Amino acid sequence: MSSRERILGRVRRALADVPEDDTPYERAVVRDYLREHGGRTVEQTVDLLAENLADYRAVVHRTDADGLPGLLAGLLAARGASTVLVPPGLDEGWLAAAGVTRVADRAESTPAELDRLDSVVTACAVAVAETGTIVLDGSPDQGRRRITLVPDHHICVVRVPDQVVSSVPQALERLDAARPLTWISGPSATSDIELDRVEGVHGPRTLEVVLVG
Amino acid sequence: MSGTFVGMPAFPAAARDAVRDTTLRGNLRHATHTIRAKRANAVAELADWAELREAGKRIKDHTLRHLDHYLVRLEESVTAAGGTVHWAADADEANRIVTRLVKETGESEVVKVKSMATQEIGLNEALEEEGIRAYETDLAELIVQLGKDRPSHILVPAIHRNRGEIREIFAREMGEWGRPAPDGLTDTPAELAEAARLHLREKFLRAKVGISGANFMVAETGTLVVVESEGNGRMCLTLPETLISVVGIEKIVPTWQDLEVFLQTLPRSSTAERMNPYTSTWTGTTDGDGPRTFHLVLLDNGRTDTLADEVGRQALRCIRCSACLNVCPVYERAGGHAYGSVYPGPIGAILSPQLRGIGSEIDASLPYASSLCGACYEVCPVAIDIPEVLVHLRERVVEGGQVTRAGNKVVLQPAKGHAAERAAMRAARWAFTRPGVLRAGQRLASRTRRVHPRTLPGPGRAWSGTRDLPPVPAEPFRDWWQRTRNGKGGAR
Ligand code: SF4
Repeated sequence: MSSRERILGRVRRALADVPEDDTPYERAVVRDYLREHGGRTVEQTVDLLAENLADYRAVVHRTDADGLPGLLAGLLAARGASTVLVPPGLDEGWLAAAGVTRVADRAESTPAELDRLDSVVTACAVAVAETGTIVLDGSPDQGRRRITLVPDHHICVVRVPDQVVSSVPQALERLDAARPLTWISGPSATSDIELDRVEGVHGPRTLEVVLVG
Repeated sequence: MSGTFVGMPAFPAAARDAVRDTTLRGNLRHATHTIRAKRANAVAELADWAELREAGKRIKDHTLRHLDHYLVRLEESVTAAGGTVHWAADADEANRIVTRLVKETGESEVVKVKSMATQEIGLNEALEEEGIRAYETDLAELIVQLGKDRPSHILVPAIHRNRGEIREIFAREMGEWGRPAPDGLTDTPAELAEAARLHLREKFLRAKVGISGANFMVAETGTLVVVESEGNGRMCLTLPETLISVVGIEKIVPTWQDLEVFLQTLPRSSTAERMNPYTSTWTGTTDGDGPRTFHLVLLDNGRTDTLADEVGRQALRCIRCSACLNVCPVYERAGGHAYGSVYPGPIGAILSPQLRGIGSEIDASLPYASSLCGACYEVCPVAIDIPEVLVHLRERVVEGGQVTRAGNKVVLQPAKGHAAERAAMRAARWAFTRPGVLRAGQRLASRTRRVHPRTLPGPGRAWSGTRDLPPVPAEPFRDWWQRTRNGKGGAR
């Protein structure tokens, strides 16, 4: 007997007490919890996102479409970044004002090569106000997962209010399970040493989020 | 300290040693109280906490009641997404599968994301025997591994170490494993974390094989979920060419939507954050992004035996948040090592004896490692009635009865020569002669009356044959203890 059959057999014997016509999933799981917490205007939701991002030590900036290239150029210059990793579908105009070398992420580039780059700029799929979370889904303007992981500085651009939802349930509704997702709430952090929080162990130590509206 | 839990002394003896260790007690007290207070705030932010908790409980219960169906469904969807599914009936089989998969890649080292399932089966040791080195990459696990130590907390496994000890371990051991710690390393957490970053980065960047567990598996879509803070998980899940995930069969949820419950309750219960820094989900393999090969090893190792116990099966709802550890007055004094298992604290006290059986002295004593104060049940985000299961298991230890082992029904004999009773009395005396432990328990107990088990504690039933014992729930356990001990001079 294969282990598959053995395990499934054990499961079935273990569940001998469960009647055939047991309550179906739809009725067994009551979803009377909230779809979002508290009533807010769209503007307040965006404010809450900014507040919660900052609470988790992300650096938050706000601008409009016209101001975006200037702001990004300023942020990269302030950090002294000269090489910037760019996902294939990033809006050409975003980095138009920045005096940096753009580096395309190629399938062949090794993690060690990515490790030598100064910054990465991406868009996002959705942002969750109640938790201060941005979610990347690997779309062309966000690139593969590793590009927002290896460089030490990540700038993520969120289009507000379109890309902002209030809550985790609303975020999951918008996301596609078939894509690899990365949920990011503040920079990498650890509290493993006497519960003192330290930012940045392996992911980017600095996360800047630009809210464009 | 050796790297294995086998041969551990039974809980009362281990706990007695642990409570004498003042560093440990100081660290634990600080840690558990800090997390406890923060957790309460994080939970209070959500007005629908009770509803989320109930939904989490029901999702898990429903899944467990139809586990065969969801396992088959999961297998289909993972396979359709490009992954390969393996089934492992026990630890040995899981270790053999993983070892074979690693060998097939031709590699002799792997990077690991913190995973309790792989600790449970002793995977690192099994790989080592075959000449494969496994590197733990979670900071706390790294501290534990370099220190040749064992984890003592689900969430913060190195909670028993303070910064001075960590500095020493890094300075002494890192060079043995790869990039040495920088000269003049101090004990500030930031510097220690930086040393770990550099040490591990070297490994991430060259790793060809990653090994992980998973917090959740979605049957409908074949998606796996890992929740973490540091980014070491993302490194292991995306940089290697081959990813092997070893996951207990109880970690399934039916649908994508179900994640909306657990992604709200898990972070708040565990690190007391609105959301943990990183959550990764993946569904099979994705062209050009992440590993080219994905293997899922579904692990039984006592889970189906646990499932066969109608009272005890609720332990399989556990999402390993560790909230129950942080509120437990016994854990706070005894620390995680005393439980002799990778699952410490209240959940360990009910899960380990079910996964492993209650044949050994440590497993027979674990159901007694509690004052039944009920605090663990109150905080549990999936409402596991830990006191109820503890009482049920005590009854098994003392009275014997039918249990399932390795899929077969066997009749367990009552523990011989009152050994269990003695273990119980020693455990009880240990807790009940320490006023601090008891007061903490009692305070909570008075507030949590309504959640107390309805059944009579099992050993009470056994003892009442020879002793004048009132129905226990009618009288606080402490009073009963004082009275019977004073009256009879205590049992030996
Ligand atoms: S038993 Fe409940 S509180 Fe304890 S770790 Fe599991 S889910 Fe968390």
